[in-house]
Amino acid sequence: MANALPAIETLSSSDALNGRIVEFPVDRPLITDGGGCVTPLTIAYQTYGELNAERSNAILLCHALTGDQHAANVHPLTGKPGWWDVMVGPGKPFDTERFFIVCSNVVGGCLGTSGPSSLNPATGQAYGLGFPVVTIRDMVRAQAMLIDHLGVDQLFCVAGGSMGGMQVLQWAASYPERVFSAMPIATAPKHSSQNIAFHEVGRQAVMADPDWRGGRYLEFGVRPEKGLAVARMAAHITYLSEPALQRKFGRKLQDRAAPTFSFDADFQIENYLRYQGMAFVDRFDANSYLYVTRACDYFDLAADYGGSLAQAFKGAKTRYCVVSFNSDWLYPTSASRAIVHALNASGASVSFVEIDSDKGHDAFLVYEPDFIATTRGFLEAAATARGLPRASETRAK
Amino acid sequence: MNAPSFPRSGQSRPVRLDLAAVAAMVAPGSRVLDVGCGDGALLQLLAETKSVDGRGVELSQRGVNDCVAKGLSVIQGDADTDLADYPTDGFDYVILSQTLQATHHPRQVLVDMLRIGRRAIVSFPNFGHWKVRLSLLAKGRMPQTTTLAHAWYETPNIHLCTIRDFVDLVEELGAHIERGVALDHSGAPIRVNAPWRVWNLLGAQAIFLLERDAPKKISTSTAKNT
Repeated sequence: MANALPAIETLSSSDALNGRIVEFPVDRPLITDGGGCVTPLTIAYQTYGELNAERSNAILLCHALTGDQHAANVHPLTGKPGWWDVMVGPGKPFDTERFFIVCSNVVGGCLGTSGPSSLNPATGQAYGLGFPVVTIRDMVRAQAMLIDHLGVDQLFCVAGGSMGGMQVLQWAASYPERVFSAMPIATAPKHSSQNIAFHEVGRQAVMADPDWRGGRYLEFGVRPEKGLAVARMAAHITYLSEPALQRKFGRKLQDRAAPTFSFDADFQIENYLRYQGMAFVDRFDANSYLYVTRACDYFDLAADYGGSLAQAFKGAKTRYCVVSFNSDWLYPTSASRAIVHALNASGASVSFVEIDSDKGHDAFLVYEPDFIATTRGFLEAAATARGLPRASETRAK
Repeated sequence: MNAPSFPRSGQSRPVRLDLAAVAAMVAPGSRVLDVGCGDGALLQLLAETKSVDGRGVELSQRGVNDCVAKGLSVIQGDADTDLADYPTDGFDYVILSQTLQATHHPRQVLVDMLRIGRRAIVSFPNFGHWKVRLSLLAKGRMPQTTTLAHAWYETPNIHLCTIRDFVDLVEELGAHIERGVALDHSGAPIRVNAPWRVWNLLGAQAIFLLERDAPKKISTSTAKNT
C-alpha cells in the first residue's frame, strides 16, 4: 500500500447536500463479502467537533437503515434536525466540545456514498442492481477506510442503534484494537426470521411497483414511489409499539365525524402512515432500500466465528454498553441479552441497560432521560479510562 | 424474585458500615464481581478506596440504570440464572452482599461464585440472632427485625440461614473460611473474640471471606475459633 494513491477529498457541487466526500482511488477498491468490487469507492460523511492532538477523542456514529451522515446538522433534504440531534451536540452525551464525531453514509446508501444510485463508471449509467450486494461487514470495511483516511488509529467509541448497532458489533469483532468503547443500541447479533420477513415484505412492495423497471428506473426517468412508500409504511409499524400507537391514534377518525364507507384514509393512523410513506420517498432511493435491508438480513455475527458469538469478542479490551428498550419488539431485549451473554463469556467489560420506554424500536432516536443519563455515564467513565479530560475540565477551557 | 430491600435502605449514610466491612476484605487493585450490586455503592467504594476493576450484576432495572449512569460496569441479571454465563477464574473476588437468602438456589450460587473467583465474600442476615430466636420462641411469630424487616407473606428472603448453617455449607463445599465477621444491627463489626455459637447469637448479620481449594480440610471446630 506504500505506493497507493492518496484518497481525495472532493469539493463537488453536491457538497451542500452530502457534507464532506472522500473518493478512494481505483487501486483501493472495496472488495465485498459477496465477491463484488466497488471502485472508485466514494464515502460521504459529516464531522462535528475537533480531533485532539493525541487523536484519541474520535467517535464513529453508525446510522440505522434509512439514516444518513447528517446526525447532528439540519438535514439538507428535509430541513429537519439530524437523526441523533437529541444525543449529539455541545453539552450533549456525544459532546461535540469534547469529542471528534464522525458519521458516514453507509455503502449501499443513497446520500453520497457509493450505492446503487451511484454512477457505474463501466456503463455511464447508475449501477442499479449492478451494484454488488453488500453486508454489514462491507459497510464497516468502508468505514474503516474512512477512519484511516482521517488519520485515526483507535476510535474512542463506536455507537449506533438498530442497523447501526450491528455495525458497532461488527467493528468490535473485526477491529477490536481500534475500538476503545462500543455502544450497540436496540440491536441484535443476527437478523431473526421475523426481521427478514418484514424486510422481504418491503422489498417485494418496491419490486412490485411497475415503475421499478427491474431496478433500472433511473435510466427511464421514473421512480417506484408507490412501492417504496408501502415498504416504508409497513416498516414504520415495526418501529413503534402497540401501546404507543393506541395512545396516539387509537381508532380516531381523520378530519371527519363518521366513516365514509370508502377506502379513503378514514382513520388517523392511515393518514399518518401515508404521510410517513410519502415523506420517505422524497429522501430515499428505492434500490438503496433493497440493499440496506438485505445487508441486515445477512447479518449473523456468530456465523463468522464458528457459531460462537463469544468467540467474536474473545480477548477484546473494548468496554461495552449494551442498551435495549422494553417496548422494542423488532430488536427485543432478548437479542441484546444474547450479546451480553456472549460478552460475559468472553470476559469483556460490559454494562447492559434495558430502558423503560413505550416508544418501541424508535425509542433510541427520541428524548429518553434514562437513556441519555446512561450514555453520559458510560462515556464519562470510558473517557476517564482513556485519559481524556472530564466534561467539567473541557468546559473550563 | 425481588432483591431484598433492607440492605439497600441505609443509602443516606456516607459509607455504610457493612459495606466498609466488606471492602476491608478486598485486596487493592483486584478484579471484583459484585452480584446484587444495588445502586453500586459498594462498587463505587471499592473503586475509590481500593482501585479495583469492578463489575456488577443487579436484578432491578432502577439499580442498573443508576450504576451505569455513574460509570460503573453493571448488567441486569439474576444471581440464580446468570452466574453460569461467567467464565471460570474471571475475577479475583465475587461478592454477594445481602442477597444469598433471596436466591432460589443458594448452594449453586455459592458454587458458581467460587468457580468465577478464587475468593468469595458473602454477607447475609443471621437467622440465629437472639431476637429472632426469642420472637419465635416467646411470641410464636415469624420474626421481624431491623435486618429482617418484611412480614412473612411478602419477604423476598426465601432461604434464610444462621451463621452456623452457613459455616456447615461452606465446609460441605470444600471451601475455606479466610475471615468471618459478625455485625450488629447498625452494620458495625462486633469486636469480640468469641466462638461461632456466640456470634450466632449476637450477630444480626455476618460477612465471610471464602477461598476455594482449601489448603487443608478445615474442621468445624477450628473454624469456630477463627
